Amino acid sequence: MSVAESPPADTSGRGAAFSSPAGGEQLQVVEPLIFDASAPGRRGVSFPRASDVARASAVAQPELPADLLRGAAPRLPEVSELDLLRHFNRLSQLNHAIDIGFYPLGSCTMKYNPKVNEWAARLPGLAESHPLDPDELAQGSLELQWLLAELLKEISGFPEVSLQPAAGAHGELTGMLMSRAYHRSRGEAEQRSKVLVPDSSHGTNPATATMVGYQTITIPSNDHGGIDLDALRAALGPDTAALMITNPSTLGIFEDQIHDVLAAVRAAGAIAYMDGANLNAILGRFRPGDAGFDVMHFNLHKTFSTPHGGGGPGAGPVGVSQRLAPFLPAPLPRLVEGDPAEVLANARVGRSTPGARFALETPGERPQSIGRVRSFTGNFGMFVRAYTYIRSNGASGLRAVSDDAVLAANYLRVRLADAYDLPFDRICKHEVVFSGRRQKRQHGVTTLDIAKAILDRGIHPPTIYFPLIVEEALMIEPTETESLETLDRFVEVMHEIAGLAESAPDELKRAPLTTPVGRLDEASAARRPDLRHRFEDETAGVSALREGGE
Amino acid sequence: MAYTPHTEADHRRMLDAVGVASIDDLFADIPEAVRAQRFDLPPPLTEQEVRGELSRLAARNRVPSVSFLGAGAYRHLVPAVVMEVIGRSEFATAYTPYQPEVSQGTLQSIYEFQSMVCELTGMEVASASHYDGATATAEAALMACRLTRRHRVAVSTAVAPQVRAVLATYCSGPGVEILEVAADLAEGGSGLTPVDAAAAVMDDTVACLIVQQPNFFGGLEPMRQLADAAHANGGQLVSLVEPTSLALLEAPGAYGADIVTAEGQPLGIPLSYGGPYVGLMAARMDSVRQMPGRLVGSTRDAQGRKGYVLTLQAREQHIRREKAASNICTNQALCALAATAYLSAVGPNGLREVAELSTIQARHLAASVEQAGLGERRFSAPYFAEVAIRVPDAPRRHAALAERGIVAGHPLWRDYPELADTLLLATTELTTDDDVRSLAAGLEATR
Repeated sequence: MSVAESPPADTSGRGAAFSSPAGGEQLQVVEPLIFDASAPGRRGVSFPRASDVARASAVAQPELPADLLRGAAPRLPEVSELDLLRHFNRLSQLNHAIDIGFYPLGSCTMKYNPKVNEWAARLPGLAESHPLDPDELAQGSLELQWLLAELLKEISGFPEVSLQPAAGAHGELTGMLMSRAYHRSRGEAEQRSKVLVPDSSHGTNPATATMVGYQTITIPSNDHGGIDLDALRAALGPDTAALMITNPSTLGIFEDQIHDVLAAVRAAGAIAYMDGANLNAILGRFRPGDAGFDVMHFNLHKTFSTPHGGGGPGAGPVGVSQRLAPFLPAPLPRLVEGDPAEVLANARVGRSTPGARFALETPGERPQSIGRVRSFTGNFGMFVRAYTYIRSNGASGLRAVSDDAVLAANYLRVRLADAYDLPFDRICKHEVVFSGRRQKRQHGVTTLDIAKAILDRGIHPPTIYFPLIVEEALMIEPTETESLETLDRFVEVMHEIAGLAESAPDELKRAPLTTPVGRLDEASAARRPDLRHRFEDETAGVSALREGGE
Repeated sequence: MAYTPHTEADHRRMLDAVGVASIDDLFADIPEAVRAQRFDLPPPLTEQEVRGELSRLAARNRVPSVSFLGAGAYRHLVPAVVMEVIGRSEFATAYTPYQPEVSQGTLQSIYEFQSMVCELTGMEVASASHYDGATATAEAALMACRLTRRHRVAVSTAVAPQVRAVLATYCSGPGVEILEVAADLAEGGSGLTPVDAAAAVMDDTVACLIVQQPNFFGGLEPMRQLADAAHANGGQLVSLVEPTSLALLEAPGAYGADIVTAEGQPLGIPLSYGGPYVGLMAARMDSVRQMPGRLVGSTRDAQGRKGYVLTLQAREQHIRREKAASNICTNQALCALAATAYLSAVGPNGLREVAELSTIQARHLAASVEQAGLGERRFSAPYFAEVAIRVPDAPRRHAALAERGIVAGHPLWRDYPELADTLLLATTELTTDDDVRSLAAGLEATR
């Protein structure tokens, strides 16, 4: 997909749009860089001076060697605190966000992020806890992680959980490393070199397989949006290390042959990996551990409402079957003294358990562990938020999450089916995938045009052009937290745009018109990368180079 | 409390539109045989109840009154304005900027982050960030393998044990071999990476030499000589740095580093028991196509307005799938924003003050302990803001001080058996003269 395929109207009077992307003309700037507000001597924060006592005493120790010191200071901006705050506040106002409007970005679960979770993460007792504090000082941090792992076990049906992976893709990496370690422990590491991945999968699945040294085999989907079982059976063999499958799939469809899929994988001696990106659809309805999966990552930033942060931080804990438990990353937080049932019962009613003691595993305690996948024990601040969310919801709330997420997606499915093609017209789970092929073939309006027109109506567009197997895909995930009025407004917008595709396609090609900037020239951004601010003494050389080259 | 807005009437209307009698009908596609048989979670809590539970857990932690713990995570001032910036809903509740027209806030802040990381490190290009310093370093090692088409990497044992552990995990996948360069930990030794040992390892089969500056023990490595050793047979130098130290120490780009990584936590990110943090990575422009992670670049729209987009995406998993440079999908955008706001708030002068105070207090601490005969520096080399000190009977005294709310640094013997009775003590701008006195008094009292 390239912006150049559908050039917006040219207002420069120079013919084709973007004809001179890096030319000499002055660009209009929406918000200047923070560097532009800099003036020598301005500052936001000050620090105390070292005392005379400290300075005098320090002299007795070796000095910093002169040849290791920096010549010129880094040119960081020098700004007042107020100017700093205004700059970032103005930048923030250029963003769309959940807290501003509807954000039905498929596969990303852009649900409301409750504010009490933020309150909890900032509690000084938790936020100021050092990851290497002696266990005796960190009992709260350890207990919270132990409790969250216990809750995730119950939600997923897996007997063991590690919270360590920092993101969903990191959980996948952890899962595939455990797969390798498992096969190695059975003397089959060399033989099992292939990972099977459906053609509807997230790009992270094959990329992860490569990082672990596996070869990826792509399995086609069937006519109903499920996996082609015959093709899967044909591909499975003594060289298969694992199957990575998303369930519900990226088409928003629950794999109704899952029983047969798992039986076939198990019979071939391979590991069954579930990409848990879509867990939001099946809470209380399907437990992957019970069904026979070996490993799944949770996206705490999707299912359990931790903020997406503009693209992280997330958290990607993994749950595993008994046969993979020895290989989990280390160290795990453990309850080393006390009865687990009693600790759980007490935490249920907000009480600590006298005599209970938690500790991190000691190095080498689980010799088959794949080791560490990151520093310390994980994105703890996300654990605090997810724990708060799960406890706020409880069992009934989490069931309602999935019920309402699925109901909302099905509501949009039936309400929009008259205006857009539905490649898989069946009950969906938390998201529904439409195709804009009718609009493209009949009116030359692409899904990209539709997305940009949605922007003009104050709504974030769905995920577009994914999954790859759907032509001109529009992947809509409304989540459970959007009111019926919001859903109806979206239906209205999508109908209006489908109408405009017929009556005024050029209008859609000009969109968006109301956003801080219009469609951006991605092609020249990649051709002539400008990836950092250049100071005046640097830019002279650069423009001379460009002029010479053109 | 499910945070769901639907009334009974809403449910009815939606079910009627869909043409099913109940929500259960929407789950009929889950085969009976695999439906959940249990879901035994605690009942829902009201806000005041859940606050009670979280306050209980927070109170179970004992935040020490005095702490010299560092070893990879550091207690610095987190300016209030930084928390204000990252608390903005428009940043916190947005996602990866797939639609640049409504994501200019996130995109421009990442561009500013990349610019500041380049300034600090003296490098030409910086990624939009990684999970943490350890994963950034492991990814840098794999990047060096791709750039040199070699399958072995060398790492100094004076690189943090956590980082080396993550490196080992990442390298186990593609089968990259790790060679260790033993730091000089002998009695009276420097505590540094020996240049001749590094040079001996760096033959023409080794992709890179990974060194930390200041190293895990706080010692200042001879980076120029180590860079020469790495380059002698076509290898690369991967330099893992501490970002506040770069206010005073030579920029890695100036001493010949090829890839620079850092744990960005000291730049305004709370300790939060180990995460979320942010990994920094910077390199030379001629390596950019092998660089993992997101990149933001500037461009323009048709109306002549400057704007920012995710760029050079042909390296990434959502385009390249199994041929991608890494499986990394998101960055740590909100933590990168915290670092950007922090560096803007302190500026070059504030960052220098942080670095100066940290290093003065480290020397003040070492001098106080040595002059009182309570312990001795374990290594001879100059150090920055962390110092290894040998204290007789250290395990017992470390535990006894923790009981009094004083964390006397990080016990080194756990990862380095040859460093018995040796504590790694870290100082920052928050370390006061009183803290140093408390430590000395505590060591005196536990003799």
